[in-house]
Amino acid sequence: METISTNKEKRSTKLRLVLKKQEDWLKKVEEISGQNVFACYQCGKCSAGCPMSAEMDLLPNQVIRLLQLGAVEPLLNCRTIWLCASCFTCTARCPKGVSLTRLMEGVRLAIFRTRKSDEISPKEMVKETLPQIALIGALRKLTA
Amino acid sequence: MEIAYFPGCTLKTTAKKLEDSALAVADALDINLKELPNWTCCGTVYSLAEDDLMRQVAPIRTLARTEALGYSTLTTLCSVCYNTLAQANLFVKADSIRLEKINNFMDEEPDYKGNVEVKHFLTILQELGTEKLKSAVKKDLSGLKVACYYGCLLLRPQSVGIDDCEQPYILENIMQALGTKPVFFPYQVECCGSYHTAVKPEIVARRVYRILENARENGANLVVTSCPLCYFNLKNRQKEIKKLYPGFKPMPIFYFTEIMTDAFGLTKTLENI
Ligand code: SF4
Ligand code: SF4
Repeated sequence: METISTNKEKRSTKLRLVLKKQEDWLKKVEEISGQNVFACYQCGKCSAGCPMSAEMDLLPNQVIRLLQLGAVEPLLNCRTIWLCASCFTCTARCPKGVSLTRLMEGVRLAIFRTRKSDEISPKEMVKETLPQIALIGALRKLTA
Repeated sequence: MEIAYFPGCTLKTTAKKLEDSALAVADALDINLKELPNWTCCGTVYSLAEDDLMRQVAPIRTLARTEALGYSTLTTLCSVCYNTLAQANLFVKADSIRLEKINNFMDEEPDYKGNVEVKHFLTILQELGTEKLKSAVKKDLSGLKVACYYGCLLLRPQSVGIDDCEQPYILENIMQALGTKPVFFPYQVECCGSYHTAVKPEIVARRVYRILENARENGANLVVTSCPLCYFNLKNRQKEIKKLYPGFKPMPIFYFTEIMTDAFGLTKTLENI
């Protein structure tokens, strides 16, 4: 896995360089999710209806666009994939039958399977009585 | 007909009210629910990985046990359990090789053959028909303006949705049969933020604010839901909403089954509304 760069300039040069290298990664995401990213024609309907888009750095349709380009690094550094709540709104509305919900999970799992470390730790969770489905749901989605 | 009932973890703890009221409703309507004797966690969130069968073992184990006891229908009250069990069921029914691998892995369990139907309790009520509900009503609730909140997992993905995913009507039908007035509520299918409540409660508070204000703008006195996680988010995150939006006024949240037991004269939950 390439190192995570915080330097914007470095990132943009890298973006071009990594295009070919990341074919594997795209294949992995497609395999996990069972989706074809090239079926998406970038209409943006997924982003228009996404309940989390106001909190996201990349819009949901941009996630697919980056996958189409094989530009993985911005995905490794984004908040968006961790904010996606698997609500299936985008999947229900996509005119091309693409399940972005599954692709988001594919990206999360591809990251987990490579880096084998968690996105959150129990320490960061709220200290109050929660329904078990909230606790286990968060841990299942956000830890490797 | 006896129907197997899968409670799931949350129904035995924070959502005890949902279980108690739903079982009382079932009793009043002669729906014969029998708690599955050896249920385990359903796995909570449904795994969306095509290549990871391990994550399907929990829901399929429950379906295998249901089938081995001779049941053809398994019902749930929790939307999350419903969604996970129903999606896992479709996942293995679509591919006999997957099912065989999971069966081989769980060799201490009877094989699952794919003959169980997972039904949410709301679907069972719908099949019973509104006439039966109307005939059980003992209390006049015509003053109640109810916003029916569905959230995500009862409706999406469409393969397991219990109603239309953009304009559902199943809860409204039931609420109407009880004599209450369901209100127009376009935010009823918007996600409340789900499990993010455990890590980013402020995001959930911002989501819930918009949902509850939409209910209020449309004249609702209360919001009903069927999901213990939505219920928690809609109700408990009102504390955080108040901090973010000081002008916010509290909105009462109930399980749909609590309205039913009141309408049937079994409880007085709504007395202070
Ligand atoms: S709605 Fe579908 S086709 Fe349109 S941008 Fe999103 S994924 Fe692509
Ligand atoms: S599944 Fe994720 S990306 Fe799609 S609409 Fe819901 S939160 Fe947004």
